[in-house]
Amino acid sequence: MALFILRRLGAAAIVLFLGSVLVFLGVRALPGDPARVLGGEDATPSAIAAIRHDYGFDRPLPVQYAQWAGKAVTGDFGRSTQDKLPVGHILTERLPVTIELSLLAMLVAVAVGVTAGIVAATRRGRLADYVATGFGLVGLSVPHFWLGILGILLFSAKLHWLPASGYLPFTGDPVGNLERMLMPALVLGTGFAAVLMRQTRSAMLESLSADYVRTARSKGLPERSVVGVHALRNSLTTVVTVLGLQLGALISGAVVTEQIFVIPGFGKLTVDAVATRNYPVIQAVVLVTVAGYIGVNLLVDIAYALLNPRVRLTGVANG
Amino acid sequence: MSLLEITGLKVGFDTEDGEVQAVRDISLTLERGEILALCGESGCGKSVTAMSIPRLLPPDTTRLSGSIRLDGRELTELPERELRAIRGKDVSVVFQEPMTSLNPSFTVGFQIAEVLRRHENLSRSAARTRAIELLELVGIPAPARRVKEYPHQLSGGMRQRVMIAIAVACSPRVLIADEPTTALDVTIQAGVLDVFRDLRDRLGTAIILITHDLGVVADIADRAVVMYAGRAVEEAPVTELYARPRHPYTAGLMRALPSAAVTLEDGRRRLSEIPGLVPPPYADPEECAFHPRCPRAQDDCTTRRPALDTYGTGHLAACFHPLSAAAPATGGGS
Repeated sequence: MALFILRRLGAAAIVLFLGSVLVFLGVRALPGDPARVLGGEDATPSAIAAIRHDYGFDRPLPVQYAQWAGKAVTGDFGRSTQDKLPVGHILTERLPVTIELSLLAMLVAVAVGVTAGIVAATRRGRLADYVATGFGLVGLSVPHFWLGILGILLFSAKLHWLPASGYLPFTGDPVGNLERMLMPALVLGTGFAAVLMRQTRSAMLESLSADYVRTARSKGLPERSVVGVHALRNSLTTVVTVLGLQLGALISGAVVTEQIFVIPGFGKLTVDAVATRNYPVIQAVVLVTVAGYIGVNLLVDIAYALLNPRVRLTGVANG
Repeated sequence: MSLLEITGLKVGFDTEDGEVQAVRDISLTLERGEILALCGESGCGKSVTAMSIPRLLPPDTTRLSGSIRLDGRELTELPERELRAIRGKDVSVVFQEPMTSLNPSFTVGFQIAEVLRRHENLSRSAARTRAIELLELVGIPAPARRVKEYPHQLSGGMRQRVMIAIAVACSPRVLIADEPTTALDVTIQAGVLDVFRDLRDRLGTAIILITHDLGVVADIADRAVVMYAGRAVEEAPVTELYARPRHPYTAGLMRALPSAAVTLEDGRRRLSEIPGLVPPPYADPEECAFHPRCPRAQDDCTTRRPALDTYGTGHLAACFHPLSAAAPATGGGS
């Protein structure tokens, strides 16, 4: 198992390196000049050249990359071109907000999606199945921004149950934090839950028709063991795969959701940084996203190995 | 009273094309410690008959009528809850496909222990110890190591032995073995059949063996019921059946055995076959269901259905023009 994880880590390092190169070049391929944005409309050519020199934008790309990557490894992502704050500092402020939002959304999605998927599969062709698949279709089709606006109109403007927007740190005011996070998490989790529901349903339908489920019934096991132990265990690999794949969608969903609910998270940071050609921030944001992606995939691989003895054994075979 | 008495069992399935009649009318008995073979071609209703006993048929689409009595207790009227207490405990099943019948995500030890904890209320560790004993009983070497392994680490023959270990874990009174050796190599088949014989001798388990392989029947069964199109066409003790088959269908099956192959002029051997196909399961024919394929069919076979008649002790056959006792149809089998 240790070797299995080690090998996955090695692969992750290579992907991270390639990712960082792509991020670096991609940002520089964006139209627009950061020095011109910083200098303002009236800046003289010499002033712009000075700004370029200050930030190192006048040096050859490989040199720029080496300098940036060398520092990034130590956690120093440079300073924001907008407010001159260290990018690392901005990240530590914004990242936990988005992580909290994503985790809450994931929690909502898993609780609702997996449960609904199991119920739909076990009641195939009956009312509960139609209701679940119907809501699944709606959940997939409805865009985040529309759902968010609708939620604000209903729960904040009309019913006054929840605040419409804003953010409070969890450590300062846990209740206020959750009050403000609940609606964004529900909005962000809806599409995710719908995808999970559909995947869980089809995986469970397949498992439930397997020979080993018939064996489980022939043992006289109650339905909750037949469904909850024998069928579910073999459907979980699908669920975990979808969880990993959907995390990307969750991040892009967070961009929109954070805009609607005015949450100072990663998504909002990204949008603002791209708008102002804030190279250091964009680079850091994308790199951290890539790293997060790789980390989640690593976790998915490990979860596979834990769930599926066949994967685990081939992973261990050489170690 | 017999251990198991099935009387007038009919089983149909609702499908999009209407109701399919899998079992049209069958009655049979099973004695304690007896090995009864249910034989016939695919689709003759042998598996459905057997799976009706623990009612392991899709509940929504199955239409079942008739009587199934285990030790005098009527099973067809039992609610699902009480049937679950019987499944795996009084009536257990070994399925045909050893490769897919075990759950790939759990160790064989877990899968054996599960049935023990369900019915015998054993603790986790007691169930584990018993699982090792059971693996030894069914002839798996190094059971203490194997108990921790997953199905994919075992060969097909070993997996089938694990299935048998699960099935006999609670010393069932009736063990249903549905084509238990069909998916296995011939060399492994004999070993698995030995396990069944051994279990019957040691535990007194009555076994219903579903098979289309008359070689297996000759090898292990005490009595055989030959089914065709959802009905029994012949029933007899195995030695009697092989020596004096009365129904042309039984005789045809025996001629199709490799040991009964005819040697051709050029030295090659040729297997004989029964021409034609099994009738579709939709309509219930008024006539003998076998007559379109039967070499002995006459006019009366096309108008009425023959009932089971007695031909000596325990020998029944449903045919208007049975083979005579003096002319055995084959040298194969017994």
